[in-house]
Amino acid sequence: MLYALCFLLFMIGLYCVVVKKNLVKIVIGLAIMEYAVNLFLIMLGYRVGGTAPIIGRGDIQAGVDHVAAHFVNNAVDPLPQALVLTSIVISLGSLALLISICIRIYDKYGTFDITEIRRLRG
Amino acid sequence: MSRALPAFVVVPLVAAFLLPVLGSKGKAAATLLANLVTIALLALAVACVGHSGVYEVGTWPSHIGIVLVLDGLTSLMLLAVNVVSAAAMLFSVRYMEQYTAKPKYLSLFLLMVAGMNGVVITGDIFNLFVFLEIASIASYALVGFGCEHEELEASFKYMVLGSVASSLILLGIALVYGNTGALNMAYTAKVIQQTGINAGLAFAMSLFIVGFGLKAALVPFHAWLPDAHPSAPAPISAMLSGVLIKALGIYALSRLVFNVFGVSIPVSWVLIALGVLSMVVGVFLAVGQWDFKRLLAYHSISQMGYVVLGIGLGALILAQGGNPLWASLAILGGLFHLVNHAVFKSLLFLTSGSVEMATGTRQLKQMGGLVERMPYTRTACTIASASIAGVPPFNGFWSKLILVIAAVQAGFFGLAAVTVLVSLVTLLSFLKVQRYVFLGELPEELQDTRESKDSMLIAMLFLAALCLLMSLLILVPSLRVAVLQPAVDVLVEGVNHSIRVANL
Repeated sequence: MLYALCFLLFMIGLYCVVVKKNLVKIVIGLAIMEYAVNLFLIMLGYRVGGTAPIIGRGDIQAGVDHVAAHFVNNAVDPLPQALVLTSIVISLGSLALLISICIRIYDKYGTFDITEIRRLRG
Repeated sequence: MSRALPAFVVVPLVAAFLLPVLGSKGKAAATLLANLVTIALLALAVACVGHSGVYEVGTWPSHIGIVLVLDGLTSLMLLAVNVVSAAAMLFSVRYMEQYTAKPKYLSLFLLMVAGMNGVVITGDIFNLFVFLEIASIASYALVGFGCEHEELEASFKYMVLGSVASSLILLGIALVYGNTGALNMAYTAKVIQQTGINAGLAFAMSLFIVGFGLKAALVPFHAWLPDAHPSAPAPISAMLSGVLIKALGIYALSRLVFNVFGVSIPVSWVLIALGVLSMVVGVFLAVGQWDFKRLLAYHSISQMGYVVLGIGLGALILAQGGNPLWASLAILGGLFHLVNHAVFKSLLFLTSGSVEMATGTRQLKQMGGLVERMPYTRTACTIASASIAGVPPFNGFWSKLILVIAAVQAGFFGLAAVTVLVSLVTLLSFLKVQRYVFLGELPEELQDTRESKDSMLIAMLFLAALCLLMSLLILVPSLRVAVLQPAVDVLVEGVNHSIRVANL
């Protein structure tokens, strides 16, 4: 169910990219798509009632085997979180570039409307 | 040799961030440094041929950490990427003088090289995505480097489609992780081999086909390429058409299809359909173009079709359990055409840059008679045109011949006929280029056109010589066994290859 909602969010982003005529709205659509993918990644590693995947210094005193068993049984998967962190940084880079290109286009054409920005054809 | 693998990423990455520090005064130093980096990488790529191995980043064992893998296909792609980048960088020395902010251009260029090398050497799916984005973001910025109306528009279009593609690929990667619990290509391959393809993985595969298809500009997804490639500065067009669409699109897709998911009949048919569509649609759109670089860009789509057709045909024969000999022949044709296209298409874009710099125009109708003024550029352009059209004895002829033979042997006579037909139309459109650019009357305003000098000339002649010499790769058995055959074997062996290399 949650996965379906996440996919719906992705499709909303894609719809926005395909249908909207305003450059900034297209960029917003791309951002929504990226958020949907990040959300999906986080959900992959989530477990209901899970703990943060951190082993504190105090926990070790209970015995290594016990801590490891507790960790495996209760902690959420940390790998998708690391992936999302990377992916957020990447999308920050590409969104910053997109927005700066939008600003330069506005300087040149004086509009954000893609139907008026059509010098290339063929 | 696998110990040297990180250098392919680290060296250009460090240099890319070092160059802007030199500032505007150190322009000559920056240019020299950038050229040294690309030439050193080329030497390293040549040294890697024939070696194989796995490098564990940070000595983490391969099921936890990231691995870099050197095998036949990787070394072939490294060779293609670094040959083209060395030539394009050499060409930029003089060509980029007409732009301001050359050090920024050089550092973006090196960033793109680092990303492409990373995509090719990585053995981890998420790591592949990261390098893919590094190369893509650098290329978005480079397409819009001129900051004029057309460049910005093309760059925006490219960036939107590229970002959609990246999101689709990342979603596919998330699905693969969710279904297999691994990101390492070899582990993923092993899990998929044991459990088979379920619905989630099939959906991931279709996302990968669309995502990498967008990056490779195969026909239903090609809308950005004819705008983006001509808008970039000429050496960047050469890089984009020559290697970027291959490393980010075709290489990554075939790595996943063959070595991670394993070949299957539906996927093979999709690849063949995409290949044939790209070939036919690309070439017919190209014939009608009057903008030199736009015409070349459409031909890139068409020629990528040949590569995908060869790889798809090989996958189909393997999936149907046919004779592996014909499968490896089809894949050999595809991969050989991939490296050939890297060389002759980048040469064509460099000559178009040379012509544009000398005449100030890209419109074919405004040129003519340049054969007297630019004899060397003309020679290079003719050699590259003959290669792309498949005229013997140039390299393009051999790869197309192999594809036709493989198609006939596998019983696809229609495909063989289409391949030959597309090749003829290609020849036609390059006769048009020769006729309008180099032959005919020299217009009044182009009387004082001059031949391009030193570094541009060396880069073009280097690639032109390669167009001739690369025929030897297929004709001399020892060279074929050393360079091409290992790459073909990687794909033919498929899933078992990645499992064997990772020692699972």
